[in-house]
Amino acid sequence: MTGASTEGPSRAQLRAALAGRMGEAQVRLLEDAAIGVAGLGGLGSQIALALARSGVGHLILVDFDVVDLANLNRQAYDIADLGRPKSAALRDRIARINPYLDVRATQARLTPENAVPLFADASVVCEAFDDPVGKAMLTESLLLGRGDLAVVGASGMAGHERADTIVTRRVGRRWWVCGDETSDIGTGAPMVAPRVMACAGAQAILAIRLVLGLEQ
Amino acid sequence: MIIINGREEHGAAGRSLLSYVETEGYRFDRVAVEINGDIVPKQAYAERALADGDRVEIVHFMGGG
Repeated sequence: MTGASTEGPSRAQLRAALAGRMGEAQVRLLEDAAIGVAGLGGLGSQIALALARSGVGHLILVDFDVVDLANLNRQAYDIADLGRPKSAALRDRIARINPYLDVRATQARLTPENAVPLFADASVVCEAFDDPVGKAMLTESLLLGRGDLAVVGASGMAGHERADTIVTRRVGRRWWVCGDETSDIGTGAPMVAPRVMACAGAQAILAIRLVLGLEQ
Repeated sequence: MIIINGREEHGAAGRSLLSYVETEGYRFDRVAVEINGDIVPKQAYAERALADGDRVEIVHFMGGG
């Protein structure tokens, strides 16, 4: 865990600021929660920041990639991060928002073999890949491998349609998908920051609702 | 009656999940499927015959993230 700089706010001060917004009971549930984010691109980087700002105490972040110039149009990185692993860059970014969170950032390619062990401590995993084959593989691996895990996936957020075309659908008892389920980068539709952020927001709030017991 | 993605599918009974997925416009490697609340592993699609009473959810993933 990263320590705070001496001039920064204390853990107690940050916690009190959160409790002032959400109340003590919700802060406690969120700080005890462990949420995984699979893929730290346009969706995953924004999901992780939203969860960190909400005081989720344990974040398990996994991505194999490094930050590229073409990522800056929508991903939560900046010029200083170019060439760095996304996992490390995001861990450092989160430390500037709340240095007291337990952020486990791993640079790795997720496979059917390592997905369950890497997210072993998580109660919820947000699937935030861009490749549809990877999305299907990860969803199947996690739902098969962990009978107690909730998976919040994403499908369809390319293009310029309005943000309210992004919806949250409960597919199964432990499985949700956010997106329009129709738009696809394969058709040449661009990835545009506000829409990707809308989908990331849908995934992050669903994960928070699960932690708070608002989705039964 | 077989319900697939919320709609009654006539003529699905007796077909394998693999056959259904491949002939109904889905791409095998882009889908994840739950039947009656249980995820079906890819290697079981060929042997899993759709039967009366099945409730099937097929998510066909779009690219982008």
